[in-house]
Amino acid sequence: MLVTQQEQLRADVTALVDKLGPGRSSLIPILQDVKSRHHGIDTDAMQIVADLLDIHPVEVYSVATFYAFLNPAAQGEFVVRLCRTVSCELAGKDAIARQLETELGIAFGETSDDGRFTLEWANCMGMCDQGPALLVNDRVYTRVTPETVREIAADCRAAYSGHAAERQEGYLV
Amino acid sequence: MTIQTQGNTLTFASIDGDAGLKAALAMKRADIIDTVADSGMKGRGGAGFSTGMKWNFAGAEKGDKKYIICNADEGEPGTFKDRVILTEFADLVFAGMTIAGRAIGASEGIVYLRGEYTYLRSPLNAVIKKRRAAGLLGKDVGGVKGFDFDIIVALGAGAYICGEETALIESLEGFRGEPRNRPPFPVVAGYRYAPTVVNNVETLASAACIFVNGVDWFKSFGTDRSTGFKLFSISGDCAKPGVYEFPFGITVADLLKEVGGSDAKAVQIGGASGVCVPRAQFARQMAFEDIPTGGSVMVFGPQRDMLAVAENFLEFFVDESCGQCTPCRIGNPKMLEAAAQLREGTCAAEYIAELRELSGTMQVAAKCGLGQTSSNAFMSILEHFGDEIMSRPAQAETARSGA
Repeated sequence: MLVTQQEQLRADVTALVDKLGPGRSSLIPILQDVKSRHHGIDTDAMQIVADLLDIHPVEVYSVATFYAFLNPAAQGEFVVRLCRTVSCELAGKDAIARQLETELGIAFGETSDDGRFTLEWANCMGMCDQGPALLVNDRVYTRVTPETVREIAADCRAAYSGHAAERQEGYLV
Repeated sequence: MTIQTQGNTLTFASIDGDAGLKAALAMKRADIIDTVADSGMKGRGGAGFSTGMKWNFAGAEKGDKKYIICNADEGEPGTFKDRVILTEFADLVFAGMTIAGRAIGASEGIVYLRGEYTYLRSPLNAVIKKRRAAGLLGKDVGGVKGFDFDIIVALGAGAYICGEETALIESLEGFRGEPRNRPPFPVVAGYRYAPTVVNNVETLASAACIFVNGVDWFKSFGTDRSTGFKLFSISGDCAKPGVYEFPFGITVADLLKEVGGSDAKAVQIGGASGVCVPRAQFARQMAFEDIPTGGSVMVFGPQRDMLAVAENFLEFFVDESCGQCTPCRIGNPKMLEAAAQLREGTCAAEYIAELRELSGTMQVAAKCGLGQTSSNAFMSILEHFGDEIMSRPAQAETARSGA
């Protein structure tokens, strides 16, 4: 990480610590923020968070590696998580999985070379009545078909910033 | 795109939770707890512990600071009722939390929302803001001098185990979501080691309803030992999946008729940690005295391969085990291995007997509910569909789908 990036990160985390307090409870919200901004939590970031919360860096590592959504590995701008649990499996998640791999050009567990997409499995995401379901970052897509996979990928490719705006459009029941 | 969830009309839709809050605030604190205890309500998350008793324990503890936690880490496969409640009836949940806070003397409520429901955070915060403006949260709630209560939303980060109450508390405190030893129970030493009530979303919403329509009304639904109505999350091979409300005690067959799944060969009740009920037992009741459930019902049609279902559940548990205790960390991969052997037709019947023993060991030796229940589905599928599974021809390879 460049020195300027480190300084930026330290400033970001400091602002969060000021807002959330220096207690241990702030650790997960801070890591969530770092993860969503930087798409990963590298060792420099862990060190900075540890310094500011006054805990050992290995504590930060242990928490980051425990939670699926805090995966410290560098991931894409868009993390696509397809539900693999039973109801979505019954609803035909396999066809969607194949289509996602083809459309994005990566296998499950991989990140595309341009750093835009990561493809992962998710465990039940509570959309069992509307499967197959997938998450793109925070956004949920339900009753996905092989055709809509193309639209979802195109949505993401079209506009990085557009995606943030879409998130505001409301929520599904 | 807005997608309507199918189902029947929920009682929650016709109830104004704030009327319940007002009624509760007019009562003495002990009377609030007694009302909930009299209703006989059991926790809607699935474990079925008496809500009144839980509030009573926490209320009896001495402490300056107590907490109400709303468990919105709805991770059990096949469960999605809380998503609908939080989307459509958030006020009812917050009213329930506030009533619980008044009852036990808590000043802070926390909604632990699962990471997969991040998109619900801002709508929930908007509702909280509105309630603050209306004087239903904050200082002197509802005009009751000295009753300060506020609610925040905390976000999980993708861990099924955090639905277990002590793991949830660990996670809120900024640690790995590994369950604690119990006792002490959270009602004695929970969040930040203060007395804490952890209730499911539906439990809190239902509690608010009791204060609107009364204990007798609530007890008019359900059975003697499982009072009230319950929300069921129905998915799988049926014509109308969705969230349904039924009184406790409904039979599996009646439920399947309602949702258009009468040709099912089996249903999984209670999610991945629940049990698989074959067609021959469809006369059984959904209630704590027969099949206990948090409301998850997955329907399997006649053509489904039950071994693939069992394998899917086991993959889930291998992935979601926190790894803290040995029976769960080692036991689940052993179960999954055996399922693969069964699929390939290389599993000795003798080994199945050993698996049953292993399952028994996990039930008594695992530290938390995850390890204690993770082998249930596999064992009940082996019990009821043993013939189908053991007589598989070698081409069984083709039936297994997935990664």
